[in-house]
Amino acid sequence: MTIASSSPPSRLPPGGAERTATRSSTDRRPGTGENRGDGRLAAVFIGPALLGFVVFLLWPTLRGIYLSFTRFNLLTPAEWVGLDNYVRMAHDPIFWSSLRVTVVYVIINIGVQTVSALAIAVLLQRLTQSALLRGIVLTPYLMSNVVAGIVWLWILDTQLGVGNEIVAALGFDRIPFLADETWAIPTIALINVWRHVGYTALLLFAGLQAIPNDMYEAAKVDGASEWRMFWRITMPLLRPVLAVVLIMTVIGSFQVFDTVAVTTRGGPADATNVLQYYIYGAAFGRFQFGYASAMSVALLVVLSAITFVQYRLTRAGQTDLG
Amino acid sequence: MTAVTVPTAPAPQATPVRPVRRRPTPGRIVAWVVLAVIVLVTLVPFYWILRTALSTNSGLAASPGDPLPVDPTAGGFERALGLQSTKEAIAQGGAGGGLRFWRYLLNSVVVSTLVTVCQIFFSAMAAYAFARLRWRGRDQVFTLFLAGLMVPTIFTLLPNFVLIKELGLVDSLLGIALPTMFMTPFAVFFLRQFFMNVPREVEEAALLDGAGKVRIFFRVLLPMASTPVLTLAVLTYITSWNDYFWPLMVSYSDGSRVLTVALAVFRAQTPQTGTDWSGLMAATLIAALPMLVLFGFFARRIVSTISFTGIK
Repeated sequence: MTIASSSPPSRLPPGGAERTATRSSTDRRPGTGENRGDGRLAAVFIGPALLGFVVFLLWPTLRGIYLSFTRFNLLTPAEWVGLDNYVRMAHDPIFWSSLRVTVVYVIINIGVQTVSALAIAVLLQRLTQSALLRGIVLTPYLMSNVVAGIVWLWILDTQLGVGNEIVAALGFDRIPFLADETWAIPTIALINVWRHVGYTALLLFAGLQAIPNDMYEAAKVDGASEWRMFWRITMPLLRPVLAVVLIMTVIGSFQVFDTVAVTTRGGPADATNVLQYYIYGAAFGRFQFGYASAMSVALLVVLSAITFVQYRLTRAGQTDLG
Repeated sequence: MTAVTVPTAPAPQATPVRPVRRRPTPGRIVAWVVLAVIVLVTLVPFYWILRTALSTNSGLAASPGDPLPVDPTAGGFERALGLQSTKEAIAQGGAGGGLRFWRYLLNSVVVSTLVTVCQIFFSAMAAYAFARLRWRGRDQVFTLFLAGLMVPTIFTLLPNFVLIKELGLVDSLLGIALPTMFMTPFAVFFLRQFFMNVPREVEEAALLDGAGKVRIFFRVLLPMASTPVLTLAVLTYITSWNDYFWPLMVSYSDGSRVLTVALAVFRAQTPQTGTDWSGLMAATLIAALPMLVLFGFFARRIVSTISFTGIK
């Protein structure tokens, strides 16, 4: 795939934000020896980061929204088409099926991952405090999604994969995990659980460390079982941390692309054509950057809505820990 | 996925909960079994990569379930590293298309190093400006940065690609590195939290000695922040090394191809005889090895400093 480079003059955003940074202010805080602000110095310190922020985050965000209202193929200037892309999206059955596939993926991925991560975190806290074990559960996270995808593609290969050797040895029919419409999405979801669960568990583990130990001690004196302590102490006190981790992982999960790209490439028959893969195809396969941007905006809206709802439902901002 | 990790002061080592009661109850036995299964599921794929990489393709086809390498050979590694002649490679079930492994490895190292060093340095400078310097508009700009945390990375990829193309940097290593070289809102936020928690007395003592704020940043605060900076740097390096989607968009030729993209290409070029699993697993292992080594060096520090902060 090549793209002719007939680029229009690059439009860099004006450095307006930087200018505000350079103005010094009079310091009104008592107690320190300095009376004047650090305007000029601050400009130097904040400069590079602010430049990066404006050029590669703020500007692209605004531009992505703008592009969603245009027809744009990279070669000719973007042409304003109003809501055309959104109308098209509403009538595009593949878009809706992609969205559905993505949601199913997220539900399986997040469901299994959260429960497993919680279990691992609790085991690492209540059973053993071994740092070695914490290191071990983190190792899959060091692999790229590409590596994880390829490895499991091999392990689950219908003919030669050891996974299917085991399935066959147990007396079942071989399962075409990544080549079957029903199996493919759950399989990809579980591959990504394998890679991310340890990291998620460590975040939860860190949250568990904040729960005072004497709570468990006191409960034990009262004769509470581990099971009861989990539901009465761990869960309520971990809730704020769990909520933030959940929001983060759900956002990450919706962006699934790599694993699909190396294992199934959206197939069989669009069964794993997740939204991000469809967007990529629209942009780089068919050069419909406007339409691809519109779908990105849709994803952004969905993610913002989910974050908002989750935040409200789980009261992530509050803590029950006195 | 952004990491939500903030190093705290050496976390009060939670004392083992029950050194007193060590009797194996049925519950504890079940718990240990579950943990053992988790460790097994975590580690067995790594062994399987190694076992496959050391087997021949014909051997793999003959005895797919053999727990040991079949007809042990280094052929897979030789193919992955491009040490075999095309004829040899095809004879052993490879694609014959040379994988310029060293080139891709170098590209990955250049991109990840560039991203990590610049991003952390610039983010630390910004974090210092937010935490310690006084300037008009500081709180507004910081709020803006925080809002940046809400934008999923993936949303900015398409417009960023358009921008990189306009800058004429498509298919270059700089084009891959540039968008994440200056900052991530997370890195700034993370380091700002740390600088905020450094007692002001530390700096005031240095100020009295006549040190300027620049000097304080480089000589006092930055060294104090070595542990969070290290944790952040390793996580940034790993993230950058493992990134696939963005380099896939930007790079088109060997000159800018990084390992993740090369692996996916290697996987896609299926030779006549079916996938070259032995070579592919060898390549996978070599691609992942640097991160395993990197993590091996810093594991203890990282694992014990990964701690949590809600974004408040």
